[in-house]
Order: sequence, then structure tokens, then C-alpha cells
Amino acid sequence: MDAHVSFTLNGKPLAVVTDPARPLLEVLREDLHLTGTKFGCGEGACRACTVLIDGEPEASCLTPIGSVKGKSVLTIEGLEQNGRLHPIQEAFLAEGAFQCGYCTAGMIMSVLGVTRQNPDATEQQIFAELDRHICRCGSYMKYRAAVRRAEALTQIEKRRA
Amino acid sequence: MKSEREVAGLASVAEIVPYDFGLTRRSFAKLLGGGLMLAVSALSGDAQESGQRSRGGFLGTGARNLAARIHLGTDGSITVLCGKVEGGQGARTEITQAAAEELRVPVGSVELILADTSLVPDDGMTAGSGTTPRTVPAVRQGAAAARNLLISYACAQWSLQPASLEVRDGRVVHANARVLSYADLARSAEAARQFQQAIPSGIELTQVRDWKVLGTPALRPNARAIVTGKHEYPSDITRPGMLYGKVLRPPSYGARLTAIDAAPAKAIKDVIVIQDEQFVGVAAANSSNASKALEALSATAKWADSADPHPSSSDLIGYLRSNAEGGVPANPFADVPAAKSLHRSYFVPYIQHAPLEPRAAVAEWTGGKLTVWTGSQNPFGVHNELARAFHLSDDSVRVIIPDFGGAFGGKHTGECAIEAARLAKAAGRPVSLRWSRQEEFTWAYFRPAAVIEAEASLDEHGRITAWHFVNINSGPNAVDAPYSIAKKDCRFIPSKPPLRHGSYRGLAATANNFAREVFMDELAAAAGADPLEFRLAHLEDPRLRAVLQKAATEFRWPERSKQKDAAIGLACGVEKGSYVAACAEIALDRPNGTLKVSRICQAYECGAILNPANLLSQVQGAITMGLGAALREEIGFENGKILNGSFGEYLVPRFADVPEMEVHLIDRPDLASAGAGETPIIVIAPAIANAVFRATGSSVASLPIRLKKTPA
Repeated sequence: MDAHVSFTLNGKPLAVVTDPARPLLEVLREDLHLTGTKFGCGEGACRACTVLIDGEPEASCLTPIGSVKGKSVLTIEGLEQNGRLHPIQEAFLAEGAFQCGYCTAGMIMSVLGVTRQNPDATEQQIFAELDRHICRCGSYMKYRAAVRRAEALTQIEKRRA
Repeated sequence: MKSEREVAGLASVAEIVPYDFGLTRRSFAKLLGGGLMLAVSALSGDAQESGQRSRGGFLGTGARNLAARIHLGTDGSITVLCGKVEGGQGARTEITQAAAEELRVPVGSVELILADTSLVPDDGMTAGSGTTPRTVPAVRQGAAAARNLLISYACAQWSLQPASLEVRDGRVVHANARVLSYADLARSAEAARQFQQAIPSGIELTQVRDWKVLGTPALRPNARAIVTGKHEYPSDITRPGMLYGKVLRPPSYGARLTAIDAAPAKAIKDVIVIQDEQFVGVAAANSSNASKALEALSATAKWADSADPHPSSSDLIGYLRSNAEGGVPANPFADVPAAKSLHRSYFVPYIQHAPLEPRAAVAEWTGGKLTVWTGSQNPFGVHNELARAFHLSDDSVRVIIPDFGGAFGGKHTGECAIEAARLAKAAGRPVSLRWSRQEEFTWAYFRPAAVIEAEASLDEHGRITAWHFVNINSGPNAVDAPYSIAKKDCRFIPSKPPLRHGSYRGLAATANNFAREVFMDELAAAAGADPLEFRLAHLEDPRLRAVLQKAATEFRWPERSKQKDAAIGLACGVEKGSYVAACAEIALDRPNGTLKVSRICQAYECGAILNPANLLSQVQGAITMGLGAALREEIGFENGKILNGSFGEYLVPRFADVPEMEVHLIDRPDLASAGAGETPIIVIAPAIANAVFRATGSSVASLPIRLKKTPA
């Protein structure tokens, strides 16, 4: 039975009418054509599908669309503002911190989620969250460098603000 | 000249799934047998017979003329066309750099189109570390030819000698401020004629010392689209009116469908059900509906198990040995007198590539012509598979490979493309088929398991005098020992593979190097020698000696190895023209029988470095992947079913597994560049295993490494 699900997506209010049991990932990709969020396993074990739901990193493959009613969903597509990359994106880009890049959006969203939850998150806390992700290309060393660069960029942003 | 097959070795063959959706299906199936166990080489029979290059073969046919390689626009645009694919290994960056270098333009001026079979030349499979040694030089030849044409054109226009002119920043500038660019060349009728000619061979390429673009850490050209999520991978491709497909899989290998009722599935809204003999699939407006329809079909399906019993992973060693073609050969040097001799058997299991993007394809039929977007390492091979499966002429098929999410040797074949095309044909609309992770773990081909028999003799001076080394089932890569030994017999013997297998990162070199290097440490121990000294005493190749000494020195091996039970190990190897050595340090948790790799120090040399940043990524990635195979990865199977087909059960390396990693890239501008995507992996498992041997006194004979629990 279809349901009316209204939520905020990348800062804009939105409503979809669909089977509320469908995974958020599927609705994002197939109905809303936001394909930056990736399918890797369908069981929350690789976290390629990570999005932020009310600021928390979540596996969108395990999240029924019905459950985000009234919530705020942020995907990789929502980070760029007026053609300007988010500092975490900047950092991942500057480090070339990926090989195939299929896991990259999920990694970026998790780093963002942890640092939004706790602006003083330690490196260990960020890496503990990233340990839930799989990068099969094994770019972990470069991701680590990107996280460190992102921390530095964020500090610079803070000082500017 | 080596034949295609010799170059390819077994590095790059995988069994294709012989789908046939044409009228001659029965005769085709009769000819080839049935089911998935059947092996058909990806190389065509003709190519194997004659050694000639074939379309869709390992080496490809190359660019027939300059126009097939480079397109110059009158607007100044430069488009390079290449049949390689980008799956994360860095081909896009490297090929763009190669073209920019020889064209004398900034890297950002080159638009590179990869792997669209209607547009690009067949540069062969993206496999066997072939892009760097073969495709990069071919692209450079073409680009240098275009640059020479610009100079010739300017000479003709200005009545000057070629030696007086050079191209800089895409332009020829003469003293009197006369300027000609590639856009001007593009307007020349003479150039258009020249572009129809074959690319001249033997054009002098830019010397390494003069490189401005090659040799630099250029970023992947579409990197921004990766971090913004805008890049469209094969699983992201969307076409107007597209449906989402699923395919019904047998419950076990070789099982045959005997009955099915499609009515319950068809009753679901907007679902299309396709049955074509053993092939059953669905297409629906979204994946959830497709899944529901598939479940409905699955509930009514009746299957007959394969008549052949399927061996289990627990019986694998005996099974491979007893099915070795012609039996396991005896050691021809058994009678040679020796002070000591050693015989060991080694085992590596089946493992999965598990690229993070599962196989995906979007197929679209337009007026009897078929276009498929998919992730594959063999665009022209997939093109051929599609043409064959649907009995289409060559020009009725187009395969496009968007940059995709990882392969590691695991995406040489086109079954997902064929399945998507079959669904799209029935649906009359484009269909996207994305394999699930479980399908990927079960129906994608595996890295072959191996049983390896190693025997060697030592003389009274601790020198190896005879060496007998047999790989059963997994392949000949790196089967030969790089050590100087008077009597050597190294060979590969095929067995009867119980699983569909094919290429992998380094393929059999992962098994052969593991067994050989672990055996070397056992021999060193028998000879009472240090593993480093023992290797060096048997090693003449200066390049291999250099990486071994570099890794050992940086690791402080000579000092650290004085402690007899230090948890450190080393290994070295050569494969596909590149050289590698690694030292590993491990931390043992004896009561729990677990270990953590705390440090890897690796030295790697692959000739002149084309892109140090990309090379570092490849080496770090190979080390990480090597950790997985060393410590945890193993496919379990029983009664034709995979027992651990998920990321929850098949544990691949994660952040917390990554050791301190020290990589020393040795640049050799005086040597030709070799590919680097594979070889750095081959020393990881043996270096770790040798650390276990040294620390515990118990040698490691199989992967993944399992320790005995030792109460504290």
C-alpha cells in the first residue's frame, strides 16, 4: 500500500508517494535520480550508501523510506553550495583519496556526520566510524590523509567565520 | 614476436557464460555442453591458433589509423580515443597524461574517451598490467604523430625546416610571431588525409628526462565528479522509460529448472516476466517490485539438482590433486644426492574479487540495434559476447564502459550485459540490471584455488641444488623461481575446477609466490641461514636484489633479524616485468590464536614511473587487498552452494586492519615502464606467513593463515 512520505532532502521539502517499505537508497536512486549514493551490499555492511538522517550517518539501503517521514536527509549531492565544494570534498579531491571512487561518497558523508554530531570529534572517532565502510580498492591510507586535511580545512573555515 | 596467447598467459582468461538467445541455441548448447561449469576461453580460437591479434582478444587490434586514435576539433578541442577502461586503477589519468605529453598540451586540454566500441579502437583487454607497457606507448605514438603533423603543416605554410620548429602548449610559434595550433591543423585537407594513414611506428617519443606531464602526480581527470557524486557508474546509468531487472538464479550450481508458474509474478503491477528456457527474469518500474516478482517466481520454481556431485571446499585439496591432468608429476631430481631435502604442500583457497560495485548493465534496443552500458575489463569481448548471444552483426552492437567501481581481474566477461539485453528485449524498454552482492559472491567467477607441491634439495653448504615446484589448478604466473638453482622443474598442471574461475590481481602469482617464498624460509631455516642472506645468495637479477635490499634496509632487517623469534618476515618476487619485496611485522595474540599486521615495508620497482601518486595508490591498494587474502578471505562451498556470500561473512580489509605502511617506489627512468596494478600484492601473504613461522616456529602451509591457540 503506497503512502505519502514528506521529508526534507538536501535542504528542500519533498513528498513522495510510494510503498513505505522501499529502501531510501532505492527511492533516491530510482525515483529521484540522485545516483551519487551507491549500492554495495544491501545489508549495511559496506556503508557505500551512507546518507545523513537528521545529521546521523545511516545506511540508506536498510532505511525504509517510510521511516524518514518528517526527517531531514542529506546526500552527497547536497554538499556543494553554489559551485563550491564542502571542505571535506575539497580534502578528498586534493588527496586524490580514492581509486574507483565507488565508496567515496559514503566515506565523505560519514566524516561529515561524525563531525556534525561532534565538532570536536577526534581522529579516532572519525576512523572508528569509517571502519564500518569498505573500500575494496584499499585507499584507506589516502582516506586517512584526506580526513586529516579535512580537519585542517575545517579549522581554517572556523577561523574565517 | 610472442603470440597473443603467450602474452596473455592465463593472466587474462576467464570463462564466459555461453548464453545463446538465437535459433541455433540447441546446437550451440550441444556443442558446448550446458551450465555454468563450462569453460570457453575469452580468446578466440583463431587467435590462439595463429597468434594474430583478434578483435576482443587480449591484445586487441589497435588503432587502424591516426583518426581512430585522435580527433582534433577546429574549435581547438583534442579528443583521444582508447579501448582501455577505468575501474579505479588509473588508466584514465595515465593515458591522458601520455597523450598530453606527446601533444605538448596541458593535461586538462585532452578529452579522453574510453571504451565505447562504436568510437574507440580495440586496445585489448584492460588486464595483465598491459595498459602501461603497451597502451601508453601506443597512445604516445599517435600523439607524437599528430604533433609531427602540426610541425610539418607549419613548415609547409612557412617554408621552414622541421628542425627549426617545436610545439609548445599546443602551438607552433615562429620567431615572427606566426602561430599555428591543432585547431589550424584540423582545418587542413592534407592533415585530414594524413589522419587516415596508419600511425607510423618508430616515431621518437619524448625522453623521460624531458617529461613535463608524464612522471607527475596528475589527478584523475574526473576526480571532481567522484567527490560530488555526479560521475555515473554503470549502475547509475538511467535511460528514458528504463525498467529495473532481476534474474532468477538456481539454488545451487548446475541445478536445472524443471517447472515454474509465472502467473503470481505477472499479477504484480507493471511487472514483465521473461522465460527463455533456463533463463528466467523480471523487469519492473522499480527494484522493489522486481524483487517481489522474483520472490513470487522463486516460490513456484522447481529445480533438479545437478547430476554431478559437487565437491565441497573442505574436500578441495584432495579433489584438486586427484583431478590433476595426467596426475601429479614425480620429482625428476629425487635421486640427486643431497645433504638435506624438503617436501611441502601448500594450499590457497578460492577467493572473490568482491569489487564494491557489483556487476551492472543497462541495455537498450533501438530498431534491432543494441547498446549496453556496463562495467567490464573487456569492452570488445563483451561486444562479441552480445553479438554471439543475440546473433547480431558486429555493427548492430555498441558497448559503452563508463568508469566503474572496481574489478581486480574479476570483470572480464559480459554475462550481466547479456542478461540485461535479454530482459530489455522482452520488455521493449531499456533495462538496468544490477547484480546483488549475493549474486556477485556466487555467480561471478573466482580466483582459482591451488595446491602446490614444492620439493628442494640443499647441499652441505646450504645451497639449493634442485627445485621441483608444481602448481595444480591455479596457473603458471610466477611459477618459475627467480633464484639461481642448477636443477629446476617448475610447472602448472590444470585440474578440474569445481568453481567457475578466472583472472585475479596477479592471478596465480599470488599462489605461486606465497608457496615459493614460504618454502624459501623453510629452506633457509634448514640451512641455518638468515632468510635475507639465503635469498641474496641465490639471487642474481639486479632489479630483484635491489628491491629486496631496499625493503630490508628500510625495515632494518639485518639488525632486527638477530633476534631469532622476532615476529618479522620478508618475501620478494617478480611478475609482469616489475619487482617487489616486502618486510612484515606482526603482533600475535597467542591465547586467541589471532594476529595483527602492524607494519609493512615494501619496495617496488616498475621502471620509469608514469604517475607517482597513482602508483602509490596501486601499491597501497594491493598491499591492503593482499592482507585480506593472507588473513581472512576464503570462499566456502558445499553441495553447489556458497556458504559465505556476503560482506558480513566474507571479511575484506577495513580501516582498522591497515598496518603502518611504508612504501618505497624506486624510479628507474632508464627502464621501460611496467604495469603496477598487480605485482605489489604477491609478497604480502608470504611476508606475513614468514613472520608467523619465525615467531612461532610453525610454518604456514595454507591461506588464509590460521594460528593455533596457545594458552598463555
